[in-house]
Amino acid sequence: MKKLITSLLLSAAVLVAVPAALFAPSAVMASEGGVRLDRAPIEPTDVVSLQSGARTFANYCLNCHSASLMRWNRLTELGLNESQIMDNLIFDGSKVGDLMNVSMTKKDARKWFGAAPPDLSVIARARGADWLYSYLRGFYRDPARPTGWNNYVFENVGMPNPLWQLQGERVRVEHAVMKGGEAKEGHGGAAGTVKYEMVKPGSLTPVQYDETVRDLVNFLVYMGEPAATTRKQIGIFVLLFLLALWPLVYLLKREFWKDVH
Amino acid sequence: MAAAEKPPVTGTGSAALDGALTWVDQRFPLISTWKAHLAEYYAPKNFNFWYYFGGLAMLVLGIQIVTGIFLTMNYKPDANLAFASVEYIMREVPGGWFIRYMHSTGASAFFICVYLHMFRALLYGSHRKPRELIWIFGVLIYLLLMGEAFFGYLLPWGQMSYWGAQVIINLFSAIPFIGPDLSLWIRGDYVISDATLNRFFALHVIALPLALLGLVMAHLLALHEVGSNNPDGIEISKHKDAKGVPLDGIPFHPYYTVKDILGVVVFLIVFSIIVFFTPEMGGYFLEYNNFVPADPLKTPAHIAPVWYFTPYYSILRGVPPMFNSQFPGVVAMGVSVMVLFALPWLDRSPVKSIRYRGPYFKGALAAFVVVFLILGYLGTETITVWGQFGPWLDNADRATVVARICTVVYFLFFFLMPWYTKVDKTKPEPERVTH
Amino acid sequence: MSDVKKVNKGRRNLVIASCAAGGAAGVAAAVPFAASWLPSERAKAGGAPVVADISTLKPGEMMTVEWRSKPVWIIRRTKEMLEGLARADAKVSDPKSDVPMQPEYAKNEYRSIKPELLVLVGICTHLGCSPQEKPAADKAEMGADWAGGFLCPCHGSKFDLAGRVYKGAPAPVNLEVPKYTYLSDTRILIGDDTKGA
Repeated sequence: MKKLITSLLLSAAVLVAVPAALFAPSAVMASEGGVRLDRAPIEPTDVVSLQSGARTFANYCLNCHSASLMRWNRLTELGLNESQIMDNLIFDGSKVGDLMNVSMTKKDARKWFGAAPPDLSVIARARGADWLYSYLRGFYRDPARPTGWNNYVFENVGMPNPLWQLQGERVRVEHAVMKGGEAKEGHGGAAGTVKYEMVKPGSLTPVQYDETVRDLVNFLVYMGEPAATTRKQIGIFVLLFLLALWPLVYLLKREFWKDVH
Repeated sequence: MAAAEKPPVTGTGSAALDGALTWVDQRFPLISTWKAHLAEYYAPKNFNFWYYFGGLAMLVLGIQIVTGIFLTMNYKPDANLAFASVEYIMREVPGGWFIRYMHSTGASAFFICVYLHMFRALLYGSHRKPRELIWIFGVLIYLLLMGEAFFGYLLPWGQMSYWGAQVIINLFSAIPFIGPDLSLWIRGDYVISDATLNRFFALHVIALPLALLGLVMAHLLALHEVGSNNPDGIEISKHKDAKGVPLDGIPFHPYYTVKDILGVVVFLIVFSIIVFFTPEMGGYFLEYNNFVPADPLKTPAHIAPVWYFTPYYSILRGVPPMFNSQFPGVVAMGVSVMVLFALPWLDRSPVKSIRYRGPYFKGALAAFVVVFLILGYLGTETITVWGQFGPWLDNADRATVVARICTVVYFLFFFLMPWYTKVDKTKPEPERVTH
Repeated sequence: MSDVKKVNKGRRNLVIASCAAGGAAGVAAAVPFAASWLPSERAKAGGAPVVADISTLKPGEMMTVEWRSKPVWIIRRTKEMLEGLARADAKVSDPKSDVPMQPEYAKNEYRSIKPELLVLVGICTHLGCSPQEKPAADKAEMGADWAGGFLCPCHGSKFDLAGRVYKGAPAPVNLEVPKYTYLSDTRILIGDDTKGA
């Protein structure tokens, strides 16, 4: 009996330790670069949000970035049918069974941007949702940069703000240190001394813009691993089965071990 | 006709099956093998929790071989195609993600099982006479496993695959005189390239698995030759009944087979939680940077090996360069693994099990576990993770200083072992196993 | 049982000789297998050293050659440029080039064999972008005490005219100096330092 208790305790310890690791990624990634990241309020099962993200992605990202590991008709998983995908998302004449490629060649891209824009198929797995969410909301105008844009999450970034028409234009304003009070962090500003002020509003309000980015990040996370939702659903059944199996094999073991003294 | 003299097989409850088994047994050592290794292999009856991990390691080996075979059916060992082919498996091959996650999680699970299995040996003296050769085969398996993991990690062709391999292969460059040529020979090119990927693939899927299987066989044959140790560290063969069966032994089958099934189910529960809910395991089992395709021109800001190598990586990093060379660190890292071979002869205690050892060994083992874990943690982080000491210590990085202290403790555990195990105050061993 | 003690010497010698011959054959057969790991002709062609002709390179000018698909810069530095290096010593993070980013023979004040001629791999050690040349005249952008050097457009790492990285830049180490050697006064072999004058 003692042995049983020990093994139960140890397995329980493992069972606790494993889910704890679930929460590690955001912590690890936030520390990189020293910028505090905002938590992305994404909901991977929210189909409406995913559809909206797909639309933003097709309209604003796919002109330069490819998602060459992702097939258009996989979006039927998001509740769209093939003709909807064809009519609303595909602008370059691709077939619905094609991969999300981009017509710009790598050579042209290197000429225009200095580097080819990265493929975004698994960008969410490399960067994490929180980083993307903060980054896409972190652009500000900076005349010192060749593109005219900078980003406080990704300093001296090469990409200009692709969503500027939606977000509007902000500038970085340094304030004297505020005593006692916290700086208002509408857009996750870093220290209390720096603020980002809107100088030219975009077509969306800040709240709407945050929602648009949330949907886009939600879609990027989905695209990073389209099977993730299925994976978790299957996982629950597998675990339920194994948990039901355990008492059975326990009884089997006890039955045989009755003869051992 | 020796074969004809064997008694026919009986007792399966079916005449046809009896007949079939008899036919096979007269042409193949079926029944004798079954008896020698399962039904009449007598294992001590007092195995505890720690005795699950050898069998579990075998299970994981099976998982890795089966999932690996299926991965090769879609994987392309080509620098231009490898990264996309892994994602193709993850996205477009039905069930591909499951097979791939089993394989990637299995790699880490393998090391977890092997580390716990080796720790069990240290606890109960399973490496001691007459089981030295079992231990040596075991260390060889561990070395092959490291190779297998290292070669396998290059295959997804992500940034960490590439730069991790770069760092390890560069270690060989530190070897005096032959170093640069040796690393060129390993890579087959001036940088890690398609040639390197291809040969690592061959080693990973054919060469090392074959060697691994052979060694596992040798490990088991040697074990079954001398019999299993147990938590009391005493030989059950000393007390046998009239038929020559150890009094404290029970047949491996069915007793330990049914018990191991219990362990397997618990293991599968943990394994499934990882595979289905957190396959990256917070970046430890699958590193985030490995979702960026390998790029020889872009060095990632922080290159960390996978967690199972990090204790040794910490030792490597902790040893300061001497004579402008990284070689001393490489030597230290090599010795830190190779010293395991000497363990059966370093240990001079009259008893085997920790239950009857004195405070010196218990303290030393505890210290060893602690420093191994600290070294492992530090290896996953940058050396600036704990900041710096003040000017009184030359502003040294705290993590480096701690890693150096841990490295010293690591080596002292082994090199002082002949002394502290000998002078330690042991308790008398019992005659028969206890529960 | 008497056979046990009496060794059949002739038989034993034959066994030894056969084993030795068989072993030698085994080793010989292993050679091509080991050799197959050496760089293939394709790899050798791709990684071959390149020759750069510097006869037309004027003081203060820079030229780029490609070696192993990386840009290699060759710069003929002027006296003023070389003097500027000493002034940057306090501002660069590894003034003495202690991190081995260069062959031993280029571990000196100028990070080069001949002081005026700098050979450098033009790949930022941070994330692999290619830095841009910023002459000393660019004081407006680079600051009043800028003595000339390079700026990485991606993340703003600054390097001086010996490829040494400025403190506070994201790049961790100096730019790499490849192996090279002078075939003559006007021809440099990049990628190999064993043959040459």
